[in-house]
Amino acid sequence: MKHTLSVLVENQPGVLSRVANLFARRGFNIDSLAVGTTQNPKISRMTIVVDGDDHIVEQVEKQLNKLIPVIKVKVLEPEKFVCCELMLVKVACKSRQHAEVLNVARLMGADVMDVAPASLTLRFAGNEDQSHTLLELLTPYGLREVVRAGSIAIEKGSGLLKNNKE
Amino acid sequence: MITGAEIMVKCLESEQVELVFGYPGAAICPFYDSLSQSSIRHVLVRQEQNAAHAASGYARACGKPGVCVATSGPGATNLITGIATAYMDSIPLIAITGQVNQWLLGRDVFQEADITGACESFTKHSYLVKTAADLPRVFKEAFHIASTGRPGPVLIDIPTDVQTAQVEAFAYPRKAEIAGYRPRIQGHAVQVRRAAEAVRRARCPLIVCGGGVVSAAAREELISFAKENQIPVVSTMMGLGVMPMDSPLYFGMIGMHGHENANRAMHAADCILLCGARVGDRAVGDPKKITQTSTIIHIDVDPAEIGKNMTVNIPIVGDIRAVLESLAKQMPDAPDTGAWVQRLTHEKAESAVCGTPEPHTGFVEPRSFFRSLSAKMEENAILISDVGQNQIWAASSFNVKRGRFLTSGGLGTMGYSLPAAVGAKLGKPNRQVVCICGDGAFQMSMCELATLCESGAEVKIVLMQNSRLGMVWELQNKQFEGRCPATELTGDPDYIALAGAYGIPSALADSNESAERLAGQMLKSKGPFLLVCRVDPCAPTL
Repeated sequence: MKHTLSVLVENQPGVLSRVANLFARRGFNIDSLAVGTTQNPKISRMTIVVDGDDHIVEQVEKQLNKLIPVIKVKVLEPEKFVCCELMLVKVACKSRQHAEVLNVARLMGADVMDVAPASLTLRFAGNEDQSHTLLELLTPYGLREVVRAGSIAIEKGSGLLKNNKE
Repeated sequence: MITGAEIMVKCLESEQVELVFGYPGAAICPFYDSLSQSSIRHVLVRQEQNAAHAASGYARACGKPGVCVATSGPGATNLITGIATAYMDSIPLIAITGQVNQWLLGRDVFQEADITGACESFTKHSYLVKTAADLPRVFKEAFHIASTGRPGPVLIDIPTDVQTAQVEAFAYPRKAEIAGYRPRIQGHAVQVRRAAEAVRRARCPLIVCGGGVVSAAAREELISFAKENQIPVVSTMMGLGVMPMDSPLYFGMIGMHGHENANRAMHAADCILLCGARVGDRAVGDPKKITQTSTIIHIDVDPAEIGKNMTVNIPIVGDIRAVLESLAKQMPDAPDTGAWVQRLTHEKAESAVCGTPEPHTGFVEPRSFFRSLSAKMEENAILISDVGQNQIWAASSFNVKRGRFLTSGGLGTMGYSLPAAVGAKLGKPNRQVVCICGDGAFQMSMCELATLCESGAEVKIVLMQNSRLGMVWELQNKQFEGRCPATELTGDPDYIALAGAYGIPSALADSNESAERLAGQMLKSKGPFLLVCRVDPCAPTL
């Protein structure tokens, strides 16, 4: 079972390594982790996707909270948040196939970032299922390189992730 | 202008630090120079690991953070086992390490080690200080983090150039402001009420007293809660000594090496109040069996401990002292536990006393000797045991009334007792401090005999010599068809001669009668003392 966590952390050196180390040493399985600064440059926000049962996720949440630079941890409720991941794909395709691949890109909502005689590079933002579909559609042409950033998530509605513990 | 090193010393002074344990080296020299100008006493250990252990013993005896200092590279890495030991037992510790100059960081220069990285898994928090101006804030935060909530070690790594840098002036912050750190003190009112109801309804309630009760200084509250409500108490190894062992409500130590009657009480109880006990594997073998028959109330200041090892019915996150106080207020009348207490008393009386001395064997029988030794010791004595058979013998046979029982319960670090005893004695010079160790553990920190002499700490050492790593040998014998590699200590030195070389008075006992007589002499003597007890290499742990 996959769970998505939003984590506010102090934007200082070493925080990512503390979080990563915690997952490694406690044996938690991390699916993806994305991090970047928030509207407040002193605070970064991580979106972590964890694979595990409820007991594991409870421990992940509690153990993350024990890290001093961690300000807030929230396990997002399924269906109550939106998420997306970013993907760059370099597809092998001869010039005569460009139109076909561009059609797939258009249908899936992927943007063309680079055109070369023997390849096309696409940028796609969507959820995991959509990324999967796009990759399936492109596989026949030859996937040369796939680069995926972890999922980022935000809760639906006007609720905010407040930066205080407790 | 003031240097970073001077600021470090002023920070320690601001935290009322009187004593630090350490070992100097190039990268920490500016700090040592400033330290020598202050009134803070420095105790030179003989290996850095023991600086951390000594600071741990000091912290446990005094109830405030202990401070240890080492240089960069090997000095820092030697500290690691001591830091990890403190982490596992939730001991407040400030570890200060020197680091190479910042412009050399990451270049693998002489005596460079990424100590904050290496200690990440067993520090409560760590700092690599980049500018001297940050030092006051970092020290304030470090002491706050180490000593509040669930206590633990905090590492401060300080490059040499930060120590020598000049800063305008020194100002120590009055408060530590950390957005992500606010330990909970009061338990949730609803949970406390639910817990009180469960205890009131219970017919066979049981308190499990863990090390968290000691950390929270909740001894009086726990004793009075148990007494007022007539609730029996069992203890984990880390909680030993909280409940006076001669109390009619005390029923021994639980766990793999605990008292059988205490373990039976765990299984027979219908409501268990876990107080600052993390239900480690050595304390509770099969938590599921207990949760099936009992309502579990778990009080802990660390939310992550609740539900980690055992399913809990009523979780209460908070400071144990505060929670027990509010819980006591919710108990207008005590549950009727007369029959339950009577049953446990009967079972305790029936359980056999382990170990009886036999004459003319040439050996001291450890458990009966420890019983009589504890009767000879002062009521508030601090007993520090090492790890192995000596630890279990001491834990199960010592009678702690108003004193302390200190040991490395979590990490099980051999060699802990001697340096920790030095720290405890220097922290509490007026209390009797007795260190108990085996010949395996003793040889791991034997070098600290020099620290003992130099510091003038009046530590009495009881060395149980069986010329064997007894506990491991026993395990090998049982589980590996009697093949027992690498557990014979045939190279044991003549300990009496060794003590003599350090100028420490000593004596050798080879029977319970001689051990008791010599222990009496040891306790009356001035200064340190080494009592070597010959123990049957085949003496069982239990």
